[in-house]
Amino acid sequence: MLKILKYSFYDLMRSRWSYVYFLFYLLLGFVLLFLNNDVNKAVITLMNIIIVLTPLIGTIFGVMYYYNSKEFTELLLAQPINRKKIFMGQYVGISLSLTLSLVLGLGIPFILYGLFKSTAIFNFTLLLIVGSFLNFIFVALSYNIALSTENKIKGFGYAILMWLFLAVIYDGVFLISLVMFDEYPLDKFSLIATMLNPIDLSRILILLKLDISALLGYTGAVFRKFFGTNFGMLISMSILVLWVIFPIFRMNRKLKRKDF
Amino acid sequence: MNKISLLLFLFTISFSQAKQIEVCNTCEISTIKKAIELAENGDEIFIKKGVYKENDIEVNKEITIYGEEGTILDGTNNGSVLHVTANNFAIKNIKIINVGVSYTKDFAAIKVVRCENFTIENVVLDQIFFGILIEKSHYGKILNNTLSSTAKDEANSGNGIHIWHSSNMEVEGNEVFGMRDGIYFEFVTESKIHNNLSHDNIRYGLHFMFSNNDTYYNNEFKNNGAGVAVMFSKFITMYQNKFLHNWGSASYGLLLKEIYDTQIYNNLFQENTIGIKGEGCTRINYKNNTFLRNGWAIKIAGACYTNIFENNDFMHNSLDLAYNTKVNDNRFENNYWSEYTGYDLDNDGIGDVPYRPVKLFSYVVNKTPEALVLLRSLFVDIINFSEKVSPVFTPNDLMDKNPKMKKNNDSI
Amino acid sequence: MIQFKNIHKRFGKLTVLDGLDLDIKKGGIFAILGPNGSGKTTLIKCLLGMVIPNKGDITFEGKSVLKKWEYRNNLNYLPQIANFPPNLTVIELINMVKNLRPKSSNEQELIQLFGLKSFLNKKLGNLSGGTKQKVNLVLTFMFDSDLIILDEPTTGLDPISLIHLKELIQKEKEKGKTILITTHIMSFVNEVADEIVFLLDGKIYFKGSIDELKKQTNNNNLEHAIANLISKQYA
Repeated sequence: MLKILKYSFYDLMRSRWSYVYFLFYLLLGFVLLFLNNDVNKAVITLMNIIIVLTPLIGTIFGVMYYYNSKEFTELLLAQPINRKKIFMGQYVGISLSLTLSLVLGLGIPFILYGLFKSTAIFNFTLLLIVGSFLNFIFVALSYNIALSTENKIKGFGYAILMWLFLAVIYDGVFLISLVMFDEYPLDKFSLIATMLNPIDLSRILILLKLDISALLGYTGAVFRKFFGTNFGMLISMSILVLWVIFPIFRMNRKLKRKDF
Repeated sequence: MNKISLLLFLFTISFSQAKQIEVCNTCEISTIKKAIELAENGDEIFIKKGVYKENDIEVNKEITIYGEEGTILDGTNNGSVLHVTANNFAIKNIKIINVGVSYTKDFAAIKVVRCENFTIENVVLDQIFFGILIEKSHYGKILNNTLSSTAKDEANSGNGIHIWHSSNMEVEGNEVFGMRDGIYFEFVTESKIHNNLSHDNIRYGLHFMFSNNDTYYNNEFKNNGAGVAVMFSKFITMYQNKFLHNWGSASYGLLLKEIYDTQIYNNLFQENTIGIKGEGCTRINYKNNTFLRNGWAIKIAGACYTNIFENNDFMHNSLDLAYNTKVNDNRFENNYWSEYTGYDLDNDGIGDVPYRPVKLFSYVVNKTPEALVLLRSLFVDIINFSEKVSPVFTPNDLMDKNPKMKKNNDSI
Repeated sequence: MIQFKNIHKRFGKLTVLDGLDLDIKKGGIFAILGPNGSGKTTLIKCLLGMVIPNKGDITFEGKSVLKKWEYRNNLNYLPQIANFPPNLTVIELINMVKNLRPKSSNEQELIQLFGLKSFLNKKLGNLSGGTKQKVNLVLTFMFDSDLIILDEPTTGLDPISLIHLKELIQKEKEKGKTILITTHIMSFVNEVADEIVFLLDGKIYFKGSIDELKKQTNNNNLEHAIANLISKQYA
């Protein structure tokens, strides 16, 4: 697996898109910090971007890489390697290279700006951790979709649809149900609904650390009680981990029966 | 010439009459009660350094009580310490500790009842129930005192500077922390509160009710449980105050409830859950205030008429404005909004498109508070944008027609 | 050497292999033929473990290959379409495949043979189809394995390379290797194949030497003989 990982990683690290992605974050980091001069504000803006963009890019990269390297994958499948290892290698390779673009792209401007002296370092680190999780989650999800869909165009469409659903439609349905059932206690519902969507979970995790919890009124109290404690943090992180593990698990199950 | 010599004569008389009584642990007069017993109007009592375990000291003469560094009155957690009922008194340079806690009586470090013309200055109060409690008094000055305690909950804690039914008071340069309410005003008129620092109190930094014609300025209210509450009052002037870090599910920088004819200008509201919460406020001018990184900058609930918001800076608040009514009799003019995305083609410093401070999301949140969990979700950005393009739910006429392109104030 | 026993494979509603039995002995060149969609590639992929049969068993050198992967160390496969990671160079790819297989290889000789020396440091994304196919051939032939499977090996090759390929195949055969080839180029089959396996309707329709086929169909021309076989399907 490590060999496959290594080559997928090298391959991606040389791709133009990795650089575009890396440079995008680099530029974003510099612009935000040196035009804004406020690390905390920059972290909020970054969150807005990371929450939407990392899942999208993860999804697109995942699907694209799968379909583009399909023939090469077939060549690998004919080699004496366990097929599970081939796909895990590719998956980790993509996720890692995307994560590297994110962490380096944002990390360099922040370190140059003097992040280590700033109090925002914890929030910033959390942002990078959550962003990395989102990379791993959405690459895994898109790999699942690609593995289940032979047709490239369809697979691409489904993947984008999945992103659209989790990033936008889910919240729309969530908001409408909150408004429709506002006579009922909704705090538990909100908590669960947040847990079920990795984008929402990441967003809330960061927002609570940025102290927007106080805005949430009663719901906020429940949320803060949950997320604010180490236990809640642990649970949320575990759920993010589950969001990685579950698609990987399904991927491996799918692989057992998959014909190439 | 005659007049001067007369004055001189009177001065010498009064000076010679005013005697100083010294109190110390080893002196002949070793208790303050004894000293007061011996004193007459106009006398001074000087308490030398040392710890004096006394409580319920009755001050019923027009005297000055002062101490030096290390003068400590220990109430031994039993009742009040000083109880003043005389005019023209002064209390200076002493430290009072350990005031008794009671659920039925308002024990205080210094209790002042029906007095006029007095000064309480440079007093340090620690581990107290109420700090300075003033009732039905006039022309008092409370200057440069430090009041603190370690209040845990509202039921068994008291207020720092508590003034009731009084007028012409001046509260200046005090620091109050760890109390229930930092400064408490009820039925207090024609008074000034300035240059105070009230922080980390469990309820309000300043609690202000039924008090008309008062001014408060240059104060800082920070990290209080619920912020500052100003209620049921008229003709108030507030300026150059700082309302900082009042975070909590029911916290605000400034709560205005049933307030009329008031000027609020040059204040800074930073990192509060709600910058200003207004309920039933009429004829209030908000000018040149800065709202920085609050949850809501302003939240207006019910019947607020003829308020004018002018030249304020709204910067990086999660939500600028929340309104729970469609009726709008309030005016927004020439404010700077950091969320403003319009343009200024004629370069006159004023944006060419109006700014709508109420977003659809803040409208939804007003109806369903739980919806706040969706803050900063992409979906919310999308509905906000569509509402901005064609308003359906938010008040159509609620807008700043002349938003500034650059911030008005240099307060930060 | 290879046994297919009662192999069934369906893709959705489409039955591709329907109870196929096939026994391939060690040594010699076997051409797997059949009309489009007859299941040639599926059959090979079943052997390679890329397609998982619904039913039946496949053994390679006496051991079942299902759910295994180690056996692939003893076979070389040339895929139909050569598409490699565009950002790797030729030499990196060769090294990578070498790295994946713990086996000695003679890639230098093959690089020489196909004149790939000047391409070694070029990125695979910039190569022409024919050159990619040559790289593909190098990757396939550089290991010494008992079984060689070639899926449409002639695609995009220039005449000289084609001659080299035929020589390579002959050489491997002389070493006692088993070689499976699928192709549509009948002249190529005619030239190299020892035996023909003809697939139809998911079953082995014919298995035998070229002469036997010609005899059976009363046709002296292989191409016509094959056409004859296919036309029977529609008859």
